Amino acid sequence: MIFTFDFIILIFMVVAAIIALNVKDLLSASMIFGIYGFLICLLWAEMGAVDVAFTEAAVGAGVSAVLFIATVFNTNRKSSD
Amino acid sequence: MEQLVEQILEPHFNFWIYVILMMIGLWAVIAKNNLIKKLIGLSIFQTAIILFYVSLGVKEDANIPIKKPTPIEYSERAYDSEADTRSAYAAAEKTPADENADSKAGDSQKKKAYEKINPDKIANPLPHVLMLTAIVVGVATLGVALAIAQMIFKEFGTLEEDEVLKVIKGGEQDD
Repeated sequence: MIFTFDFIILIFMVVAAIIALNVKDLLSASMIFGIYGFLICLLWAEMGAVDVAFTEAAVGAGVSAVLFIATVFNTNRKSSD
Repeated sequence: MEQLVEQILEPHFNFWIYVILMMIGLWAVIAKNNLIKKLIGLSIFQTAIILFYVSLGVKEDANIPIKKPTPIEYSERAYDSEADTRSAYAAAEKTPADENADSKAGDSQKKKAYEKINPDKIANPLPHVLMLTAIVVGVATLGVALAIAQMIFKEFGTLEEDEVLKVIKGGEQDD
């Protein structure tokens, strides 16, 4: 575990989480949530949990972002907050 | 103040950031009005908890939990895990003339076949495996939640919580 690398990725993750929750466009929110998933994937590879890292890259970042985007296309793209 | 940073914040700085992420998720679930935003918050909350558990298995200067393959010349014996068969094997090879030298050679071969692993040099894989299950279950529940959100949109024509509640309460007053 490398202190500076860990710290920088965690700060990026907090920023990505706040942007994903505050953006008005739901498609952008879904994409930024996908970025958040890939940042977590990096963090897990760095922590030595490679099995969790590639599961997260495939399932967490890939499939859940696709599910969010499919839901946004089937419903409304605009959000009030 | 400096002492506080050195003693409390620095050794477990990652735990504090996990708590911040968890509170961001909780805030989104409670305060956001859009259902998709609520689900994004729920996922962030969940990943913060998973991050906490995986970080418990991290050690200083530890490698990834993958074992190196045994050397080729000893691989036959390395998978011969029965102690009785190994002793029988050694007895069959042993010649009465140089019994001492042979037993020593057998010992050194055994040590090479079962290479010792220092557990301090390998990250603890148990939390990884448990959290692997949690990630997959989390995506499955997220899929169900998004399907329910689509059903709500078909029924009410909106994903905003307050408008859905207004329609539900208005319908009750009409009756």
